[in-house]
Amino acid sequence: MNAMNTRTTSALLYLDGVHVSFDGFHAINNLSLTLEPGEMRAIIGPNGAGKTTMMDIITGKTKPDEGVVLFDGVTDLTRLDETRIAELGIGRKFQKPTVFESQTIEDNLLLALNVDHSVKGTLFWRGSKPDAERIERVLETIRLKDSRTKLAGSLSHGQKQWLEIGMLLAQDPKLLLVDEPVAGMTDVETHQTAELLKEINKDKTIMVVEHDMTFVRELGVKVTCLHEGTVLAEGTIDQVSRNDRVVEVYLGR
Amino acid sequence: MTPHVLTRSLDRSATVFLLIVAGLGVLIPLSNLLLPSGSMFQVPTYLVALFGKYVCYAILALSIDLIWGYCGILSLGHGAFFALGGYAMGMYLMRQIGSRGVYGNPILPDFMVFLNYPSLPWYWYGFDMFWFAALMVLVVPGLLAFCFGWLAFRSRVTGVYLSIITQAMTYALLLAFFRNDFGFGGNNGLTDFKDILGFNVQADGTRAALFILSCLALIIAFLICRAVVTSKLGKVLIAIRDAESRTRFLGYRVESYKLFVFTLSACMAGVAGALYVPQIGIINPGEFAPGNSIEAVIWVAVGGRGTLIGAALGAIVVNYAKTVFTSGPLAPYWLFMLGALFILVTLLLPKGIIGTFNAWYEPWSARRLNAESAAREDGISAPKPAE
Repeated sequence: MNAMNTRTTSALLYLDGVHVSFDGFHAINNLSLTLEPGEMRAIIGPNGAGKTTMMDIITGKTKPDEGVVLFDGVTDLTRLDETRIAELGIGRKFQKPTVFESQTIEDNLLLALNVDHSVKGTLFWRGSKPDAERIERVLETIRLKDSRTKLAGSLSHGQKQWLEIGMLLAQDPKLLLVDEPVAGMTDVETHQTAELLKEINKDKTIMVVEHDMTFVRELGVKVTCLHEGTVLAEGTIDQVSRNDRVVEVYLGR
Repeated sequence: MTPHVLTRSLDRSATVFLLIVAGLGVLIPLSNLLLPSGSMFQVPTYLVALFGKYVCYAILALSIDLIWGYCGILSLGHGAFFALGGYAMGMYLMRQIGSRGVYGNPILPDFMVFLNYPSLPWYWYGFDMFWFAALMVLVVPGLLAFCFGWLAFRSRVTGVYLSIITQAMTYALLLAFFRNDFGFGGNNGLTDFKDILGFNVQADGTRAALFILSCLALIIAFLICRAVVTSKLGKVLIAIRDAESRTRFLGYRVESYKLFVFTLSACMAGVAGALYVPQIGIINPGEFAPGNSIEAVIWVAVGGRGTLIGAALGAIVVNYAKTVFTSGPLAPYWLFMLGALFILVTLLLPKGIIGTFNAWYEPWSARRLNAESAAREDGISAPKPAE
């Protein structure tokens, strides 16, 4: 589709030799990673391994000192700001659930819809039937249909996590970056979240950062372990958890 | 489209507010003009002008609430936009004096003759025409807000840093307008107005008309604010207020939204200033004083931030209190009282008058609604056993 530049990779997301340091601390060190279209990838690693910083780079919050970050093979993400990157179709769920607490669940989803985001467009916006139906579907998926008019701030921690996933769905991105979706969830909720992500993965590419190993195992996808800002190991969960270095720095004996 | 916007913006409290403003806007001038002076119900002319001043302050408060209450932009320099609108109107009024000034110069206002200006400075051109001045009332504050906002919001200056530079902006303008060679009358400002559109500014009829226009402007400003905050754009503004970077990650260009609402708000403040000047009879650099802008923010805090009605109410209540206290033996203590009021409101009524009222009233009316719908459901389910 984008025939302007020659496509060098088939990957949806392509990071090569990325480097970031904050005041001399190397947060990301020669990081290279590719995500194929339709893939779901779990990212694990100890605290400070650079997982969140990597998401910051992909979404334009942090600019890398060097390295290549390509989306869809042609778009250089390091040159764009957060808004442009979101418009391209990269959605993000934050580690700490950030929903718009003083607005209703419905309005949170309405804000996330990928319709006209210009000042004029929102000022004269009038709801359309397809939009309402999409919100309806998302509400059903995240099981918050009955509390649609409740304020988002009144939700439990787990429900906020789900609402934020719902906002990602409403945004309808090509790539979802999901940071610790099951933190603070009960076992049942964790299981439901895994099911939900698998369902979403049927037509979307997902990168999920998580510490909960049972959850990662349940996802059953390729795992990348980061350590000190670089890839330590990559493979199935069994391969990665047998890797000596991973056991040493992250899983523990 | 228009009926849709109207039904959306006018909930019950908004309608009540508009009816009260419209009612006062009609009754006060009528009582002033039609009833014999000395009658118990006659509103004296000085009070009409005083109330007119309150209404202008209410418009300024609305403009501050729009950006602070809904978008989290705390401007401590909004008085600057108010004063610029006032100066634009003042320039028109000065040019209307013509040869009736002390020096009798048909072109140059008195202060220019006094300061030996050879000719009218270029930026005074066009102000002899009302339409041009009226346009400048919107354009000058709007343009300043646009340029200021473009630089500040694009560089992502937020929070107290933004507040501080807005203070600096109004202070810089204060110093500039104090200078005689700046061309706006120095520290005396612009005064001695004679007529507006051919009507004597001192006449009762003109004052009544200005009061009606101020009420009308308040109604229009309120409707614009309501239309903005009840649109989807209003939801985006609240989203920016509560979680700015999250809003960015959803694909909204936050700086454009801030710039839009900040410029709109500055234009509204300019209109307020333009209506204020003919009713007060003077505009001088004192209007740029940082304290004025801070005081306006206090009105909004007292009335209830993010409620619009509260902002207007706060402006009127606080200014009424100011009028009462500064004309009595308590006059020297007014600033202490204002400070105490701010502290008390922050501690005891953090949501302001209207916000506190809503917090008390809404659960009550929701309970009542629930009880009603429960009763209705009972009514439906009641026949069931008999079936």
